[in-house]
Amino acid sequence: MTTKMFGERVPRVEDARLVTGNGRFLDDLGHDALEAGFVRSPQAHARIVDIDVTDALDVDGLVAIYTHEDLEGRMGERLPLLIPHPTLTHGRTPYALAKEEVNHVGEAVVMVVATSRYVAEDICDRVRVSYEALPAVVGVEAARAAAHLVHDDVPGNVAAVMVQRTGDADAAVDAAPHRLELDLAIERSASTPLEGKGVLARWDADDRSLLVHTSTQTSTSVRQAIAAKLDLPVDRVEVVTPDVGGGFGVKIVHPWPEEVLVPWAARRLGRPVKWTEDRREHFVSSAHERGQLHEVRVGYDDDGRLLGLSVRFWHDNGAYVPYGLIVPIITSTQLLGPYKPGVYRVEFTSLYTNTVIVTPYRGAGRPQGCFVMERVMDAIAADLGLDRTVVRERNFIRPDEMPYDQGLVFQDGRQLVYDSGDFPASLAKLKALVGWDDFEALREQARGEGRRVGIGLACYVEGTGVGPYEGGHIRVETDGTVVVSTGLTSQGQGHQTMLAQIVADELGVPFERIQVTTGDTRRFKYAVGTFASRTAVMSGSAVALTARTVRQKALSIAAQALEADVEDLEVVDGLVQVKGSGGGSTARIELGTVAVLSNPLRYAFDEAAARATQFAAPADPDTPPVGPGESPGLEGTDYYSPARSTFANGMHAVVVETDPDTAEITILRYCVVHDCGTLVNPMIVEGQIHGGVAQGVGGALYERMEYAPDGQLVNASFMDFLMPYATEVPTIEIDHLVTPSPLNPLGVKGAGEAGVIPGSAAIASAIEDAEGITITSMPISPSQLFELRRAREGRP
Amino acid sequence: MKPAPFTYHRPRGLDEALEVLAALGEAGKVLAGGQSLVPLMSMRLSAPAHLVDVNHVPGLATVHVDEHVVRIGALARHSQVEHDAAAYDALPLLRQALRHVAHPTIRNRGTTVGSLVHGDPAAELPAVLLLLDGSVTLRSAERAREVEAASFFIGPMETALRPGELAVAATFRRPATGSGTAFVEVTRRHGDYAVCGVGAVVGASSARVALLGVGPGPVLVDLPDAVRDEPLDDERVHALVEEAIDPEADIHASADYRRHLAHVLVRRALAEAHHRAPGRAA
Repeated sequence: MTTKMFGERVPRVEDARLVTGNGRFLDDLGHDALEAGFVRSPQAHARIVDIDVTDALDVDGLVAIYTHEDLEGRMGERLPLLIPHPTLTHGRTPYALAKEEVNHVGEAVVMVVATSRYVAEDICDRVRVSYEALPAVVGVEAARAAAHLVHDDVPGNVAAVMVQRTGDADAAVDAAPHRLELDLAIERSASTPLEGKGVLARWDADDRSLLVHTSTQTSTSVRQAIAAKLDLPVDRVEVVTPDVGGGFGVKIVHPWPEEVLVPWAARRLGRPVKWTEDRREHFVSSAHERGQLHEVRVGYDDDGRLLGLSVRFWHDNGAYVPYGLIVPIITSTQLLGPYKPGVYRVEFTSLYTNTVIVTPYRGAGRPQGCFVMERVMDAIAADLGLDRTVVRERNFIRPDEMPYDQGLVFQDGRQLVYDSGDFPASLAKLKALVGWDDFEALREQARGEGRRVGIGLACYVEGTGVGPYEGGHIRVETDGTVVVSTGLTSQGQGHQTMLAQIVADELGVPFERIQVTTGDTRRFKYAVGTFASRTAVMSGSAVALTARTVRQKALSIAAQALEADVEDLEVVDGLVQVKGSGGGSTARIELGTVAVLSNPLRYAFDEAAARATQFAAPADPDTPPVGPGESPGLEGTDYYSPARSTFANGMHAVVVETDPDTAEITILRYCVVHDCGTLVNPMIVEGQIHGGVAQGVGGALYERMEYAPDGQLVNASFMDFLMPYATEVPTIEIDHLVTPSPLNPLGVKGAGEAGVIPGSAAIASAIEDAEGITITSMPISPSQLFELRRAREGRP
Repeated sequence: MKPAPFTYHRPRGLDEALEVLAALGEAGKVLAGGQSLVPLMSMRLSAPAHLVDVNHVPGLATVHVDEHVVRIGALARHSQVEHDAAAYDALPLLRQALRHVAHPTIRNRGTTVGSLVHGDPAAELPAVLLLLDGSVTLRSAERAREVEAASFFIGPMETALRPGELAVAATFRRPATGSGTAFVEVTRRHGDYAVCGVGAVVGASSARVALLGVGPGPVLVDLPDAVRDEPLDDERVHALVEEAIDPEADIHASADYRRHLAHVLVRRALAEAHHRAPGRAA
């Protein structure tokens, strides 16, 4: 019997390599390559008056200096607007190198290619760019006021206004017996993967082809984008992702300017060129997220049930919108969480500012939406004097109401329909895990010791496994090795392990014989990418379907060889055998041998091959060796494409202690109940939750992008941008609920982003509970809590 | 984030190091632990033309303890000082403060004397040197001189070290027998520079504190009335501290919060130092 792998805590096959320093990241490659550096704008908004390279020309090791003027054809045009939307009436994207105007500090103006990165930076220091400063628009308020414009041809700095409604929400609020209005804010943070971006391009002049390695979340799309920009047939471009040191959303954006400039320079120079982003570049020229202001009106009955919810919010999209409106669309739809909102209306305005662009960062608009909805729940509980869990419970969608249509259109253009979930059961688990009902005793005990503690919670629903599709290819080699490939990429999530677990069970082969490749267009050309917690759902389902196809093919070939009926055969531990025959029967054949037989040969190159040659195998001389509809090789390709996303959910509870003197905030307990349907590997899911919670804690208590009014990002380093260390991340207690998704063959839902979503909401709830001060803005620092305390005491 | 070009020197002895430094003058910069200098160079905020790596100079990785002082050689790493049993017995404040210096990996390379010479106003060790009336031994090819802490720290990232000089040791004076010490901080994350920090020494008839993060450099406040065996006069302490500090706002904290923390942490540090004074009940 093959050991069952699906659902087991299988240790990650990636780890031994990665934790012993044997990973191969972008900067580990291409030691023969020239290196690129960039002169980036020091100004937030300015016209480029002159670029003078005179002082740079005598630096030893200079190979080339490029400005926008050098970019021919489509390279000189703006980068693509990746996700257009009818409401995105004023979508603007940057040029690969700035043309005439810069719109944020860090925008690339000049590209330098040199013999090393050191020399490239020496040259960058000597390039003189003169700017004529323009007024900078920084922050949502300034963008709304529109005293100055980011783009001359975008009135009011408004990229888009979008409304969704299920009825007249404001009328419902007005008619409700209880009403509240809240202003709620979330500040900017960023993905900040420990490995920044990076690109290595090799141009083969004889073959007229490009081989590009890039630290991306979507190699197939980068391939298309490079081919389009460089005016090359797609067939002449291959894109490979090496090990990627984290993405968290920022690497789904493509093509980054450098992703087209480096291949372009490699072709132009006829030499390999590499660029490795450094930390400062990443802070000022990649992407941020989260910055939004929200105005909420809510109406509810005497029991705290929502009757109407009207939300307006303003989304700071930065200088350009290459990734469209995905983040605010997600906020506006996923804000509803596990609740029935009554009549709902949401309107958002997406605004340009002279700051780094905003694109999805793990959670992608959901942390903001969750913060808004959960603040509303706590406010209702406070207003009516109800327990916070009771208000939530009363507003939950019930399990017998699944599937539940929220009446909105989601980020994938499909209806927002929750496929499954049991929110009351999740909440019951959470209350038990954290000891919700016993907390008052703890609070009293702490108070007696002069300590101040509080408890909070937050619930969310997350659309995962967004389409349109992913595929899988599986080939059984003649030695029995199973080679699996899927087109989406890995950034350290453990995809090789998780996908191999699925294939092991579906195909009936030992886990150790399976090798999984991701994100290599030479292996698999059709894919979307790794984002939206979609790998287990999309590629997991795709490789499962593929494995079933290959298994069927193996059975039919083996049936001929064993002179048995397909129905009587099974695949166990890499052997095809008659069902129930056990280990003793001779009526069995290795999958590797099946692979040999699947490929009728004329020539023998080894012993195994000899068994498939034309005089070796018993075959019907009157039928073609490869019949109609058949193909040589024990392999298959299949795709999974769902009609809609599947919706995971979770609930977090947090216990905090706030120092009465110093206002320091300490997380004492962090409890998670998580429902992502069927679990492929609970250990990997929990690892994902741990990482997400760490980022949620960062977003709640530490991280912010500190923009000065002139558009300078003053904390663009890990010294001043306070990503939490391991010492700041609490022990995380996890319980799982499993409500399988009815939408895919495995019953799985996504888990990648879950941990981060309710962080700010739950921690705000706990601090509010400890302090008795209403929290309306996150993140919060000790200094800010101190100022809130003083404001409550009526001191200036 | 790659340094500008520089010439690298690796002297093998103290005399050679001093000769190289003398020849280079203002163009020379000493590399010891490199935990502050190298990041500054990588960000091109510092671009010395010559780097003089003293890590191969023998005889500088010393921790010397006698009845009056603890003397730390130029190449003694923070972690070496932190874990030196004799230094801890003689002067617990060193370990109490060093535990707040960044993280173990940084303390394994960074040097105590280097931290003093770097003169970061938010760093712990300058405050400790001030608090203990310590001094720094500076050597050049021509001469040696001893500079008291009070005159060594001139301003933010500025010390009395002159071009051509190497800080070969720092001397921390042991407080009077029967004193207790403490070092407390509030940081945003473990190991960060302090939002505010306070070191305290409480003796039989004296008490003093040194504060970080509330002025352009460490702020020393003598509290002559705060006597070991008497309850501290909180109002008097508050007034003296209030007079000495001048906090500013930055991205991590408002000036008022820092001022508030200064008073809270002074109280905590004094209480802890008082508690630790030998002969007092545990």
